[in-house]
Amino acid sequence: MTDEPEDIILRDLDDTELVQQMQDDLYDGMIPEVTEGTQILLERGWDANMVLNDALVEGMRIVGIDFADGILFVPEVLKSANAMKGGMGLLRPLLASSENQSSIGKIVMGTVKGDIHDIGKNLVGMMMEGAGFEVIDLGINTSVEEFLEAIDTHEPQLIGMSALLTTTMPYMGVVIEEFEKRGLMKELGVMVGGAPLNQEFADAVKANAYGPDAATSAELAKALVGRNS
Amino acid sequence: MRESVLILACGALANEIVFLTQQLEKGKTKLDLQCLPADYHNTPEKIVPALRAILDARAGDFRQVLIGYGDCGTGGAIDRLISEYPNTSRLSGAHCYAFYAGLDEFDAMMEEELGSFFLTDYLARHFDNVVWRGLGLDRAPELIDSYFAHYKRIVYLSQADDPQALTKAKAAAEKLGLAFVHRPTAYGLLERSIRRAAAVIG
Repeated sequence: MTDEPEDIILRDLDDTELVQQMQDDLYDGMIPEVTEGTQILLERGWDANMVLNDALVEGMRIVGIDFADGILFVPEVLKSANAMKGGMGLLRPLLASSENQSSIGKIVMGTVKGDIHDIGKNLVGMMMEGAGFEVIDLGINTSVEEFLEAIDTHEPQLIGMSALLTTTMPYMGVVIEEFEKRGLMKELGVMVGGAPLNQEFADAVKANAYGPDAATSAELAKALVGRNS
Repeated sequence: MRESVLILACGALANEIVFLTQQLEKGKTKLDLQCLPADYHNTPEKIVPALRAILDARAGDFRQVLIGYGDCGTGGAIDRLISEYPNTSRLSGAHCYAFYAGLDEFDAMMEEELGSFFLTDYLARHFDNVVWRGLGLDRAPELIDSYFAHYKRIVYLSQADDPQALTKAKAAAEKLGLAFVHRPTAYGLLERSIRRAAAVIG
């Protein structure tokens, strides 16, 4: 996807070609081009949801597959994510105000206490947003008290916890235990993810789902709220 | 061979282990060192399969095996691996920063500032290769915020008294726009573990 001919004029492309080109540009982490493509599709009367799903989310899905297959690495994924952010900057206000806007659920996310790594969490957040979730991001170093407060305030269907460090991942178990004590697990789906985690760990801390990557996490989240297509 | 000890370690510890074993052995050669590539630091999922392959091939030839890794981002996978092989142990702590500094001291540093990015002698000397290029910042320096936005300081845990490494560690802090702290640790729990291994074989 990096061997495209030079000087493509995005406005000269028809819709199908433009969407394909935007996916390629997103793959290559080209922020101005992805932003411009988003703007053009909106000017052509595309619905914001359609731009999001057909161009941006689909582009990131391809990036995710190539990352999982070892073709792309973290820096490339980050560049793609930043390109998607460029398009999202234009789409977000439209999605929020759109009359037919329909969030499929709310997810509160955070990197757990003691951990400041948020690259994975941010990627997951973006894919969740792309999948139609309202994302409340608590940021890094998030304590159980902060999760509980966010549950009271936002009444989410899902909680997402992330950790990069072996030393901080056990805190996920602490949070889930507290949720259990308060009877919150009956109504709440809890997802966990992060580089050192695996399904075995997720089972051990009694999480409802383990997200091995951003795209899969979004699919799992949809399944948890009963909206898998 | 059954009387000797295999040290199977991260390449980032090679210089330090060679230095320590030379001091301890005084001409004897009963500590056998084999290293895995140091750049597994950035890809911890490669560590356990590589260790397993070597353990399968060589562990039976040695009286004891010392795995020269902490947990190193494997989520307990090194410990699970070790449990499958008799007379095999690893270095204490989650990673080299912890076993160089000492576990309590490391926790105290994290308590003091969660946004601490640690360098050892190896990482200071090879910062451009392992960290800068390893994270793709040579190709995309604009990603610096994506990686380091929440870090506040570089903490350089030095093993040897090496002015060049110190200069490089300071330069790394400057490059990342972070404060700089230098804590000489010497070899900490790495030295203790190697002494213990040497004592096994007398």
